Amino acid sequence: MTTPFIEFKDVKKRFGSQEVLRGVNLSIPKGCITAVIGKSGTGKSVLLKHIAGLVKEDFGQVLIQGEPLNHLPGEKALALKKTMSYMFQDNALFDFLTVFDNIALPLSETSRMSKMQIKKKVHTRMSQLSIEGIDQKYPSELSGGMRKRVALARALVTDPEIILFDEPTTGLDPVRKNNVHHMIRQYQKKFGFTAVIVSHDIPDIFDLAQHIALLDEGVIIFEGTGQEILHSKTGKVHAFIQGKDYFV
Amino acid sequence: MMRTCFFEPIGRFFSKHIESAGRMFLFFASGIRQIFVTPFQAGKVLDQILFIGARSFFVILLTGIFTGMVLGLQGYYTLVTFGSEAVLGAAVALTLIRELGPVLTAIMITARAGSAMTAEIGVMRMSEQIDALFTMHINPVRFVFTPRIVAAIISFPLLTALFDVVGILGGYLSGSLLLGINETLYMDKVIQSVNIADIWGGFFKSVVFALVVITVCSYRGYYSHLNRQGEFGAKGVSLATTRAVVQSCVCILICDYVITSFLV
Repeated sequence: MTTPFIEFKDVKKRFGSQEVLRGVNLSIPKGCITAVIGKSGTGKSVLLKHIAGLVKEDFGQVLIQGEPLNHLPGEKALALKKTMSYMFQDNALFDFLTVFDNIALPLSETSRMSKMQIKKKVHTRMSQLSIEGIDQKYPSELSGGMRKRVALARALVTDPEIILFDEPTTGLDPVRKNNVHHMIRQYQKKFGFTAVIVSHDIPDIFDLAQHIALLDEGVIIFEGTGQEILHSKTGKVHAFIQGKDYFV
Repeated sequence: MMRTCFFEPIGRFFSKHIESAGRMFLFFASGIRQIFVTPFQAGKVLDQILFIGARSFFVILLTGIFTGMVLGLQGYYTLVTFGSEAVLGAAVALTLIRELGPVLTAIMITARAGSAMTAEIGVMRMSEQIDALFTMHINPVRFVFTPRIVAAIISFPLLTALFDVVGILGGYLSGSLLLGINETLYMDKVIQSVNIADIWGGFFKSVVFALVVITVCSYRGYYSHLNRQGEFGAKGVSLATTRAVVQSCVCILICDYVITSFLV
């Protein structure tokens, strides 16, 4: 049996008196798109932040390529974290930096690449995402869809093996939402990264993701493909897909 | 029902404040350590010198000149009752260089740049930009705090010097030009009374105030999500900003007393 690319082993997390994750077990395969779905406030973003190392588990383990991310010595953890990028719900672009500087930031701050190399790489990513010619604009001057693409360009500029998307289509109209989904699908195929997406876009997300995990009250209650979840007869899963509350 | 001991809330209060003080110290130490880590952030430091220093120029100029004029006015009417108005220049210069220059400069920079700094870093925290730095493997403390502290260490003494000079000039305007004290006597007393130790003492204070103000303001913004009332978003940022300004001003006055007690 192959080792999962990312694995959660009985992960528990509590914030004050609120237990958010109550023993999450989840395997995320390499080179495909995994969607984490569930009701609001069930801990989907917290789960994603565990993978990025933004939050540490209270109990259990998060393994990335078989290594426990939050228990590795500094340099090894850094090397592992460098294989990841994170695209935030509201993009988290820096308002005081231009589009070019935003995209170049991870390279200019952490790599030893020359200015020319950085410029070339940023322009390559910008052209791949069809956002050429806006280098000197500020994020506030762009439309929502353009900002998403800038955020995606920043996430892709370091050639990551894993990209984590936290509700990438929140607040977008259906056309732009489809564009973002198309964009993720297209670039995942092109670059071959492993994607983990937290999403509320049901059923659209089932077409995008090859692997679906349903988080409910801090535990994963379903793992499988889009077709499997659509045809699931399990009460809670079925009720969620239908957009109904589940009562025993 | 669980019984709570009388000492429990007191203990909780102290442990919360000790925890916060420890976190602030670690934040400060980490920021200072990053000053010496290459590559140096010269561009960002220059940007912050422009923001903290150059853009505070006119505020300091105005505050300095009017403080000096008030000192000249008040000093004259106090000294004249003892027949000692001749030492007005010395009184104005020493008050400004030893005390009012560093303290008022620091308070004015807190009001102008410190509050903006807390709000800016607070918004970065609320909009996940600080988390984004972390996910890009960029040290957030190095990115948001270190250039500001270096810029403040350079800007505060320069602005204090400006405040002192225009303050002395303000005293001259009200004392000599308006109230008629001999101009040469005023300047002569300034030169005679001020010695190099007074100037170094004032600069030392301004550097300490720079460290205090920038640490408090940056820390309050950086940890604005951890405020005690549990407020998040815009209200969390506004609470952090208010707290940063109040704490900075109180800390400036406490540090001023402590330093003065060692210098005199």
